[in-house]
Amino acid sequence: MRRLVPGLTLSLALAATLLGCGNDDGRETVTLWAMGHEGEVARDVLVEFEAAHPDIRVVVQQVPWSAAHEKLVTSVVGRSTPDVSQLGNTWIAEFAALGALEPLDSRVEASTAVERTDFFPGIWDTNVVQGETYGVPWYVDTRLLFYRTDLLERAGYDSIPSTWAGWKASLAAMKSKLGPDDYPLFFPVNEWPPPVIFGLQNGSTLLRENDTRGAFAERPFRDAFAFFVELFEDGYTPGVANNEIGNLYQEFSRGHVNGFITGPWNLGELRNRLPAEQAGVWSTSPLPGPEPGVPGVSLAGGSSLVLFRNSARKDAAWKLIEYLSLPETQARFYDLSGDLPARASVWESPTFQSDPRLAAFGDQLAHVVSTPKIPEWEQIATVVQEHAELAVRTGADIDSTLSQLDRRVNRILEKRRWLYEHGKLASASHDRAIETLQSIGLRAGTAGGGR
Amino acid sequence: MSRLGYQNGSAAVFLAPALGLLLLFFFLPVVIGVFLSLTDFDVYAIGNPGTARMVGLANYQYVLGDATFWKALRNTLYFVVVGGPLSVLTSLGVALLLSHRALRLQGIFRTIYFAPVVTTLVAVAIVWRYLYHPRYGLIDHVLSHFGISPIDWLGDPNWAMPAIILLAIWKNFGYNMLIFVAGLQSIPTELYEAASIDGAGAWRRFVHVTVPGLRPTFLFVGLTTMIGYFQLFAEPYVMTQGGPLGATRSLVLHMYEQGFRWWRIGEASTLAVLLLLITLVATLVQLGMQRTRKTNEIPRTAGPAPRGDAA
Amino acid sequence: MKRVGALGVGTIVFHLLPLLGAILTLVPLVWMVGASLMAQGEANTVPPPLWPDAPTFENYRSLFSRLDMARHFFNSVVVTVSATVLSVLINGMAGYAFGKLRFPGRDKIFGSLVAALVVPAQIGMLPLFLLLRELGLVNTYAGVLIPYLSSVFGIFLIRQYVLSVPDDLLDAARIDGASEFRIFWTLVFPLIRPILVTLATFTFLGAWNDFMWPLIILTDTTKQTLPVALANLSGEHVQDTELMMAGAVLTVLPALIVFLFFQKTYVRGITQGGVKG
Repeated sequence: MRRLVPGLTLSLALAATLLGCGNDDGRETVTLWAMGHEGEVARDVLVEFEAAHPDIRVVVQQVPWSAAHEKLVTSVVGRSTPDVSQLGNTWIAEFAALGALEPLDSRVEASTAVERTDFFPGIWDTNVVQGETYGVPWYVDTRLLFYRTDLLERAGYDSIPSTWAGWKASLAAMKSKLGPDDYPLFFPVNEWPPPVIFGLQNGSTLLRENDTRGAFAERPFRDAFAFFVELFEDGYTPGVANNEIGNLYQEFSRGHVNGFITGPWNLGELRNRLPAEQAGVWSTSPLPGPEPGVPGVSLAGGSSLVLFRNSARKDAAWKLIEYLSLPETQARFYDLSGDLPARASVWESPTFQSDPRLAAFGDQLAHVVSTPKIPEWEQIATVVQEHAELAVRTGADIDSTLSQLDRRVNRILEKRRWLYEHGKLASASHDRAIETLQSIGLRAGTAGGGR
Repeated sequence: MSRLGYQNGSAAVFLAPALGLLLLFFFLPVVIGVFLSLTDFDVYAIGNPGTARMVGLANYQYVLGDATFWKALRNTLYFVVVGGPLSVLTSLGVALLLSHRALRLQGIFRTIYFAPVVTTLVAVAIVWRYLYHPRYGLIDHVLSHFGISPIDWLGDPNWAMPAIILLAIWKNFGYNMLIFVAGLQSIPTELYEAASIDGAGAWRRFVHVTVPGLRPTFLFVGLTTMIGYFQLFAEPYVMTQGGPLGATRSLVLHMYEQGFRWWRIGEASTLAVLLLLITLVATLVQLGMQRTRKTNEIPRTAGPAPRGDAA
Repeated sequence: MKRVGALGVGTIVFHLLPLLGAILTLVPLVWMVGASLMAQGEANTVPPPLWPDAPTFENYRSLFSRLDMARHFFNSVVVTVSATVLSVLINGMAGYAFGKLRFPGRDKIFGSLVAALVVPAQIGMLPLFLLLRELGLVNTYAGVLIPYLSSVFGIFLIRQYVLSVPDDLLDAARIDGASEFRIFWTLVFPLIRPILVTLATFTFLGAWNDFMWPLIILTDTTKQTLPVALANLSGEHVQDTELMMAGAVLTVLPALIVFLFFQKTYVRGITQGGVKG
């Protein structure tokens, strides 16, 4: 007993210290959740914000991408949301449906820092759900091909061909220069973007009937899916998950895998992680398209900054959003993170015009499509990935795999159909793919899974 | 005055915190869970409770017709039925070694064998994920010296569950080992001596003295191990996220995903109720199988489920 | 019992098997420590090294400077220590009541509690989460603590041990006019100290190593405990083997130390908890 009492006291004291460890210097504390790498680099930008706003303190919390979606929904359900968060584009509809987000229209109208017209219009549009704006774009993001230039040259090409057929021929040529255990490509089988991107390229809308049923067994997606599976069957990419490959950057450096589809954050990662003598052996290319003359679209992605309805410090939090939206901050954030600015004016600087690896992103961003803006999309994306993995790993028949996928998706959407049929859901039709294929500029999209 | 009477007042004070906490935070949630399993509570209902419906047994119908559920059940049973007995046998084997009177440095061996039990499951699952790597992992490297070509432990649907079982055995065998050691010590030495005098060899002594003597220990160890193994979660969550091809998605992981990832609360609650029923049935089956002559004997040893999630 | 003799060939051969077992048991832990001291990329080479050529503490430095692991370490300590102290008190009181106080329905209540050991804790997690949300306890230390505070196993453990306390002793104190609480605090508590230490060790290790509940209930990154932080880290830094191993060492080490320190009582708790019943 004598031993226990000091123990108890100690633990209570510890708990008390913790509970009281918020600040007591009179500043308002704004909590910001940022995902992955952004979480690590955001701190540097925020030092400057705090200097400019001595009455506000910002606490950044880094949430890993792999757990970001579930952590965010959990915090909403548990009523423990932060003040501001980074939010993947396609998640905005979902969090708006949860009633978690603060509408921002009046704040945007009154703001000089957040200039609506300077943002890529399509990206801004993702933040608008049924006429109300719920987020301010932070950065834009799409996925394209990273590849080893030396291997491509050895195979007799000077750039990545622009059609599926041409690309495949180049992969065959590259494969012939490699050992049996090395590959020209790597599509991790635990990521959904590659099959979804090919489907969108081929004109699939992914879902149909106001996003209440799957459209995966239909021709556009089916053909794209077959193309995707062939890349594995022909031995151009190993059929493994990304945690089975070990260190991707090392394997890229060693030539075990020589290409992958990924986003702009890997520009910085590759610059930092590859040995200096390999600085020039890789490049980026916009994605090939299914047919000549049809550009290969990719995901319109990115992250927005949102204000949570439950926040008790909305004014201070809005100041933070305004600060992060300033062109100067956006440029600085690009330097730190490699994330592409959401404001068109920032793109006019020489940084973005002169670097060919960046320029490829500029080109790709002209051809991007969004995934469906519904709360169920994350789950559907996971199911798409599972079926793609099934086809790749077991060689399961493509048509039966895809009709099984449609059945799974239809069941996930059962509640949505019911809500729709009973008028409890405002219809928000968006013929994303076709419309966007014709338009130049950016569309709503996701940076979601697989990071 | 209270020598023979009741001490109701004091008892209430002493019991109130523990029982109150258990009632409110253990039993009540189970009841709420049963209720939720009759609704279609989901993301839409969190935003607008008006969209929730009472759906009767529709969730059960849905889950029982869902291939993912059956796959998760199969995976879980695989883990319980193969992993459980292998764990127990490993524990028994090591306990026999450890109890051998010729063994020196018993204490040190015991500490070493027990060490994995107290390690953090998440941490060692991460460690083993690297050990299993087909190119750089230690395990395939060692196997290659025996002429075994690299096994893609966590990437091959056929090997992923065995890989998780191997980790579970390594992590858990020390716990039951201790209980077996205590069980062995409780067998009177005279029985062995009498058997020896009757001319019984080591094997016959094992079959006729050790095994019957360990029966209550077996019952206890078997039950706690089985109940613990039904709760498989952290290993696949950390090592495979349920893959490859859902080969390691356990019932609890499936429940977690439906509940805390997709917030399909009705469906997740249904899975919870089914898991409870399955555990109960399995417990009754095992009790029936292992029913000894001395029924309802209180096991001589006791400990929590060896998996050590929450004491 | 033990016969001390010369180390014969037989003895050595006999010891090979347990020795092999010990090596197999230790290799994953040794590799974990070895890899945590390697330079970046060193662990992913063929053949896989067990120990670094030139040990470095760089990974540990990264954990503390860049990834704020000290914070998570601190969280784990606060949660675990609070859980341990409160659990010993709460379960100690209940175990004593079940063992030594007379009240109607005592054995029935105790029996149904023991039967509830079959119910897996995960069953009620989702409703518990929703319940705690109504109480405003999501994302608080109190919320994490709740499942550790009162445990059927803990009550069972204490109750079995308390039975060995002689009734005469308690009755003598009662005749002297001591209150039940006084008797518990000054008489019973010191007498059952060994089993309390056992329960404390159990609770400590259980809470320190627990994953699923803190994963669910703590949404705030800065409040997360070590295992959750480690799992998050592995989502972001899966390719940094050496860094991950440093994190694993940091998480595992305190549990191992506590175990080595309290090994005797802990082991006794496992092997003898029920014997006295």
